[in-house]
Amino acid sequence: MTMATATADPILKVDGITVDFDGFKAIDNFSMTLERGQLRVLIGPNGAGKSTLCDTIIGRVHSASGSVTFNGENITNKPEFEIVRRGICRKFQTPGVLPSLTVRDNLAVAAQRDRRWWTAFQIGAKAAEARKVEDILEQIGLTERADTLAADLAHGEKQWLEIGMVVATEADLLLLDEPTAGMGPNETSKTAKLIHSLLGKHAVLVIDHDMTFVEELGGKVTVMHQGKFLKQGSVAEVRADPEVAAVYLGRAKE
Amino acid sequence: MTKSSPFRHAWILVLIVAVLAPMLVSSYNLNLLGRFLSMAILAVGIVLIWGEAGILTLGQGVFFGLGGYSIAMYLKLSTLPEGSLPDFMEWSGVMALPWFWWPFKSGLLALLAIILVPAVFAGIFAWAMFRRRIAGVYFALITQAVALTFATLLTSQQSTTGGYNGLTGFTEAFGMPLGTDQANRTLYWITLAVLVAVFAGSKWLMATRYGTLLRATRDGENRVRFLGYNTTPYKVVAFMLAAVFASLGGALFTLHAGVVSPAFVGVVPSIEMIVWVAVGGRKSLWGAVAGALIVNFAKDIISSALPEAWLYVLGLIFILVVTYLPNGLAGLVEDLLAKSRRPAAPEGALVEEGK
Amino acid sequence: MLDGALLAGQVFNGFSVASLFVLAALGLALSFGLMRVINMAHGEMLMLGGYLAYLTYLIVPGPLAILVAMPVAFLGAALLGGILEITVIRKLSARPLDTLLATWGVSLILQQGARSIFGPIGVGVTAPDWLNTGFTLAGVYFPSTRIFILAVAVIVLVALGLLIARTRLGLLVRAVNQDRMMAAASGINVRRVDLAVFCLGTGIAGLAGVVLSLLGPVTPSVGQSYIIPAFLVVVMGGLGSMVGTTIAAIILGLVSALSQIFVDVSMSQVLMLLAVILFLQFRPQGVIATRSRALED
Repeated sequence: MTMATATADPILKVDGITVDFDGFKAIDNFSMTLERGQLRVLIGPNGAGKSTLCDTIIGRVHSASGSVTFNGENITNKPEFEIVRRGICRKFQTPGVLPSLTVRDNLAVAAQRDRRWWTAFQIGAKAAEARKVEDILEQIGLTERADTLAADLAHGEKQWLEIGMVVATEADLLLLDEPTAGMGPNETSKTAKLIHSLLGKHAVLVIDHDMTFVEELGGKVTVMHQGKFLKQGSVAEVRADPEVAAVYLGRAKE
Repeated sequence: MTKSSPFRHAWILVLIVAVLAPMLVSSYNLNLLGRFLSMAILAVGIVLIWGEAGILTLGQGVFFGLGGYSIAMYLKLSTLPEGSLPDFMEWSGVMALPWFWWPFKSGLLALLAIILVPAVFAGIFAWAMFRRRIAGVYFALITQAVALTFATLLTSQQSTTGGYNGLTGFTEAFGMPLGTDQANRTLYWITLAVLVAVFAGSKWLMATRYGTLLRATRDGENRVRFLGYNTTPYKVVAFMLAAVFASLGGALFTLHAGVVSPAFVGVVPSIEMIVWVAVGGRKSLWGAVAGALIVNFAKDIISSALPEAWLYVLGLIFILVVTYLPNGLAGLVEDLLAKSRRPAAPEGALVEEGK
Repeated sequence: MLDGALLAGQVFNGFSVASLFVLAALGLALSFGLMRVINMAHGEMLMLGGYLAYLTYLIVPGPLAILVAMPVAFLGAALLGGILEITVIRKLSARPLDTLLATWGVSLILQQGARSIFGPIGVGVTAPDWLNTGFTLAGVYFPSTRIFILAVAVIVLVALGLLIARTRLGLLVRAVNQDRMMAAASGINVRRVDLAVFCLGTGIAGLAGVVLSLLGPVTPSVGQSYIIPAFLVVVMGGLGSMVGTTIAAIILGLVSALSQIFVDVSMSQVLMLLAVILFLQFRPQGVIATRSRALED
C-alpha cells in the first residue's frame, strides 16, 4: 500500500510469476495488475498458461519465482483455503457444482460466512445469508429451479449456478475460467450480461477464447502466449494487433 | 429427497411394534432381535460415514470390538471376588491384573470408555489420514489393515485378552442377573432406546448445515475447499461418530450375546457390516436399520439350514447389490414410490421435484 | 547387543518377505495405476496358483514339477482374472469403491469354492530336493527356497520392466496410464488394454501362489494372509508405480523381519501398519508421486 503506482489501488498484482512443470515453463515471468471492481479478460491460444495462472493465484500450483499481491498483501504460495478466505474465488472450467445438493443448498454452502465446523450444527442458514441466496437465485435466473438437485440442471444452468456460488462467497476478486464453455449464443449473451451486473462490487477476471463472447463483454483484454505476456488493450486494439493475429492465425494454420 | 409418501407416518407403527416385541415373540427370537438391533446402531454410523460423507471404511469391527471388550472387561471384573483374576488369566499364569484392565473395575468408567476410547482413537486416526488427504480406496485399504491388526493382536495376547475365545461367562450386569427373561426384556428395551436416540440424532444431524457440508464434501471435496472450507474436521467428526455408534452397538451386542471375541472384529465381520448397509441402502437411515435386520436374520436362517451356503450367498449378495442396486433396498423402494406417484410423467419431461 | 549374524539373517529374511510382497502386490499395482480399481479377490489368485501347483505335482511328479507348475498357475490365474474383469470389474469401472466391494464378494465365493473342493484343511506341496538345501555363509544360513523366491521376484520384475518399456503392449499401457481419454480418442482400444493388464496382474499373482506353496500348506484362506500387506504395499508405493511398489515392498519386508528380532509376529504387524501411516504423514502421495491436474483425484 505504500507504493505509489499509476493504478492507485490495484486489487491484484501479479509480478514476474514463473511456473515450472518439470522443466516446462507453463508461465514465464508474467505480470499484470487488476483494479478494484473492474473487468479483465484474459485470452490466448490453448496452452498459453491461462488456467495455470488461475491455479497459481489461487494457491493450487506453486510458483518458482515472482509474487502475487492481493489487497496489498503478499499471498504467494499460501494454502488454498487461506487465499479463498482473503477474498478470491474461482470458477473452474468444468462445472464444479455439488450434484446431490439442491441449487439453493449449493448457494447456501457458498454464502455461509462462518465456515468453522463446530458452528455448523444448526438447521438452516442465517437470515442474512438466506436472503442473499434468494437474491443470487434471482440474479442468475434460477429462482424457479431452487429446489432442483444440481445434478438435474442443464449444462448452461450449471455454469450460472457456479458463477452464483462464486458470487455468493462475496469475494472481492472472481476468477471465471471459460464461463461460456458449451453454451449456445443465447446463453452466452445472458452470461455476458450476468458478468456485467457483478462489476463494481467485484473485480472479475474472465478467461476465454470465444472472441464473440469477449467482444460482447468489452473491457480491457490481456493476451497471453506460451506463458508470457503478449499484449494488453481494448478488444479492438487487440484485434488489430499484428502480433496477436500471428499467434492466433499461426495456430489456425496448423 | 422428499418424504411425501403414503408411508410418512409408518414409523409410528414400526416403533409401537418394536416396543411391544417382547410380548410378541419367543425369548429366543427376542434375543436375536436384540443382537440385530445392536448391529443396526452400528449400521446407522456407516450411513453417516459411507453414505453421507462418501468414505468407505472397512474397519468398523475395530470399534464394535472396543465397545464389546470394554463392557466385557467390566462384566468379568465386577463379579470377581476381591483379589482374584479372571479365569483365563489364572490358567495362563498371569499374576497381576494388566494395567489396561484397571479402569474397568468401575462400571462408570467402563461406560465412559465405550464412548471415549473409540472417539479418541478414531479421532486421531482420521485426523492423521484426512489431513494428508488420504481418501477413497487408500483409506478403505488402510482401515482394513487396522481391522486385521487389531484382531491379530487380540488373538495373540491370549493371557490378557482371552485370545481366540474372547471373553465370556458373564453372570450379571450392574447388579442385574443376566439370562433371565426379565433381563432380556430390559436389555432389549435399552437397545431399542439407544437405537432410536442414535437414529433421531443422525436424522437431525443430516438436516443441519453440518450434514449439508458433509454431502457437499462427498460430491466435490475440492470445490468445497475452494469455497474456503477446511474439510478435514467435518470428515473427522463423521468418522468419530460412526466409531462411537459402532462401539455402542458392540457393547449392547456383547450383553445380548454373552460373548465377545476376535471373530466379531476382524476383516470379514468388518466387511459384513458394510453388506448390511449396502443391502439396505447406504444413503438411508431406514435402509441401514432394515438391512442390518434382514441380512442378519437371513444369515441366521441360512447358516443353520445350510452352513456351507452362507458365504456363497453373502458373496453373491455383495456382487449383485453393488452392481445393480447401488442404493440398496431403500433406493429401490424410493424409485417404486416415485413411479407410482406420477405414473404418467413422460420420459425426459421437466418435472418439478416434490412439493 | 545385536548379533551380526542374526541381523544379517533377518535382513535376508526381510528381502525374502519383500519378494513375496512384490509378487503379491505387482498385479494389484498395475491395474490400480491403469484403472484405479483394487481387486479384493487378488488374494484368491494366489490361492488358485497354489492349488494349481498342487494339482500339477499330482499329475507330473518329479524334480521339475515346479517349473511346469509356474506357467500353468500363471495361465490359470490370468484366465480367471480375465473372466472377473469382463463379468464384474468392467461393469463398475467408474466406481472404485464399489469395485472393491463387489470383488470382495468374488473373493468370498472363491474361498468357499476352494473349501468345498479341496476341504478346509490345507494341501501340502513338497518342494523338490534341489530346493531343500541351502548353504551357510559367514554364520548365516541361506535356505534355497528363499533364494528361489528372491530370484523369481527379480525375474518377474525385470521381465515386466522390459514388457512395459520395450513392447507394443507396454507402449499402449503407458499411453493409457498417461491419459485415458486421449488414448481412447487416438484409437487405442482402452478396454482391451485394461483386460490385458488385468490378466497379466492376476497371472503374476498365480506365480506368487506357486512360490507360496513352497513355504507352507495351501489353504482356502492362504491368499488372505498375504493380501493385506500387499494392499499396504500398493498404498505406500503410490498410484500403481512399479518402482514405488518395489521400494515399498522392500521397506515393509525389512520392517517386518527386523522388528521380529525384538517383538512377536502380531506386534510386528502393528509396527508395519504404524510405519505405513507414519510414512503417509510425510509422503501422502506414496513413494513415487505423480502430478495431476484434474480437479477431483
